[in-house]
Amino acid sequence: MIRLEEASWRAGQTAIVRDIALHVRRGETFGLVGPNGSGKSTVLRLVAGVLTPSTGRVRLDGIDQTRLSRRRAARMVAFVAQQADTAERVTVRDAVELGRTPWLSMLRPFGPGDDRIVAHALARVGMSDKAGRYWQGLSGGERQRVHLARALAQEPRILLLDEPTNHLDIHQQLSILRLVRKLEVTALVALHDLNQALECDRVGVMQAGRLVACGPPAEILTPDLIARVFAVRANYLTDPADGHRLIRFALSED
Amino acid sequence: MTASATVPVRRRSLGLSRLILGLAALIAALAFGVSVGETVIAPEVIWKTLSNQLFGTDYPLRPIQEGIVWNYRLTRAIVAAACGAGLAVSGVVLQALLRNALADPYILGISAGASTGAVLVMVLGIGAGALSLSVGAFAGGILAFTLVIGLARAAGSGIGLPQAGLIILSGIAGTQLFNALTSFVIAQSANAEQVRGVTFWMMGNMSGVRWPDVRLAVPVSALGVLVCMAHARALDAFTFGAESAVTMGVAVRRTQAVLIGVVTMITATMVSITGAIGFVGLVIPHAARFLVGVRHDRLLPASALIGAVFLVMADVVSRVIVPGQVLPIGVITALVGAPGFAVILIRGRRQRA
Ligand SMILES: Nc1ncnc2c1ncn2[C@@H]1O[C@H](COP(=O)(O)OP(=O)(O)OP(=O)(O)O)[C@@H](O)[C@H]1O
Ligand SMILES: [Mg+2]
Repeated sequence: MIRLEEASWRAGQTAIVRDIALHVRRGETFGLVGPNGSGKSTVLRLVAGVLTPSTGRVRLDGIDQTRLSRRRAARMVAFVAQQADTAERVTVRDAVELGRTPWLSMLRPFGPGDDRIVAHALARVGMSDKAGRYWQGLSGGERQRVHLARALAQEPRILLLDEPTNHLDIHQQLSILRLVRKLEVTALVALHDLNQALECDRVGVMQAGRLVACGPPAEILTPDLIARVFAVRANYLTDPADGHRLIRFALSED
Repeated sequence: MTASATVPVRRRSLGLSRLILGLAALIAALAFGVSVGETVIAPEVIWKTLSNQLFGTDYPLRPIQEGIVWNYRLTRAIVAAACGAGLAVSGVVLQALLRNALADPYILGISAGASTGAVLVMVLGIGAGALSLSVGAFAGGILAFTLVIGLARAAGSGIGLPQAGLIILSGIAGTQLFNALTSFVIAQSANAEQVRGVTFWMMGNMSGVRWPDVRLAVPVSALGVLVCMAHARALDAFTFGAESAVTMGVAVRRTQAVLIGVVTMITATMVSITGAIGFVGLVIPHAARFLVGVRHDRLLPASALIGAVFLVMADVVSRVIVPGQVLPIGVITALVGAPGFAVILIRGRRQRA
């Protein structure tokens, strides 16, 4: 469970996100949408503990994030950032094994159990057959999936994903989103594709550093709100085959 | 999950056989370092000297030979090994923390700052003895590194080179500044005798090494390597940057503070004993990566061993390459290191392309 209580973050004098009040329930998949620069990544970084709120609070399962040790926090929360690259010659398996870091110590070294968790994580993102490949030789989508596997190997209760479907082909997009929804974790996911956001349990809409709406996607993502926040015209269409609703977009001036 | 059944089990530590091989190479290098020199000393004499000194046996030996082995060559070889191991591990740690293939204590100005600190103690005679020399060197090293990182940070907020290039440029500026300060101190206050001594020492020189230096260098190096080894997993977690390390449970600030303290301690101690020796911290970690990969649980011990062997051998070369003359060891490491540096630069370019 994630709870933000009037959390704000300032860079110098500039408020980047302001008075975010947000409650993500246990087991829920929560989508965060909003235009570029609206503060989605900043909210995720606050929850991950990479940033500390200037005012307000972030609670994870009721505990103030700043009161958790890094290690305990990392056992609860895994974060896949919008981008993270390396120049080191690491293999896919090396990268995923990093996810075990918060569970290991000198007295508790990497063991067969960790090997199984890593293999399972690789299998879940469909990268088992590429475990021995070097990072530099991976495509953008493969790298994204390795980062997700690394986060899964962390065995978190809370999963934070910043645009996880970036770079993914359509099959991978759908299967990653289904995987996240199926997992028994609380997931907070920043997304750009509003049709993907429709599949979340609830969504929050960011605009200029504020959370302007929050609730079930069908109620929140109205053509009116989409026009105000994203400056596009939106129409709901219904798939005649199964009655599934989806949104079609056009620039407002068209 | 079915996929888990077929996990190929990977060796995770350096492997006992490779560790033994490395230690054997180190012992062989030490023996070589003791026997080779202006006078070649037979292995038998080395063995008997060690036995006499360590186990109180009473083999008859010529006092001169026993003295050369015990007081000159052995001390020198041991300090070279400790120094090589310490500098190589320092390079690994700095490269991981700064995520920069070109980082090492010499390039980042730590060695230059340590030299300035040590020279201030030496010339102005603040305090006395080996310990205060190291303390001065440590203070100088920390100051230099703080300035270099500060400069890189200040320059980084504007538009300019990427961060990696900035740190190296700041390091060059810092090195120049502190070398100039050192020269200034020497020119101002040293007599001709001191100038000669200090100049030779600044280029990396092992000829003054005796047992007290061994008693300083070995514990510092061993302790430093152990502390770094204890942080091997944290160093791995820096692979995708400090932010990603935070989210994997690493106390990034504390880790950085401890490890940079350790690296500066190692560098300062070695500088106070042997002067600034360049390129070991830069080139050895890359050679070790080539052999054992990037994971720090293997990379750190491998770098320590290779660094130790390399510097013992470099010291031998510095003594025999010009007959009748001893070159500063820094000249030898630079002769090997500069081309190594070039290779790293070119390979780095290919990776980026
Ligand atoms: N450390 C920082 N210092 C100054 N400004 C920052 C900092 N981090 C973020 N910002 C600014 O805050 C705003 C919000 O950034 P954020 O990355 O949270 O947006 P976002 O919603 O994730 O955007 P995108 O969809 O492009 O990923 C941006 O305008 C960004 O420039
Ligand atoms: Mg973002």
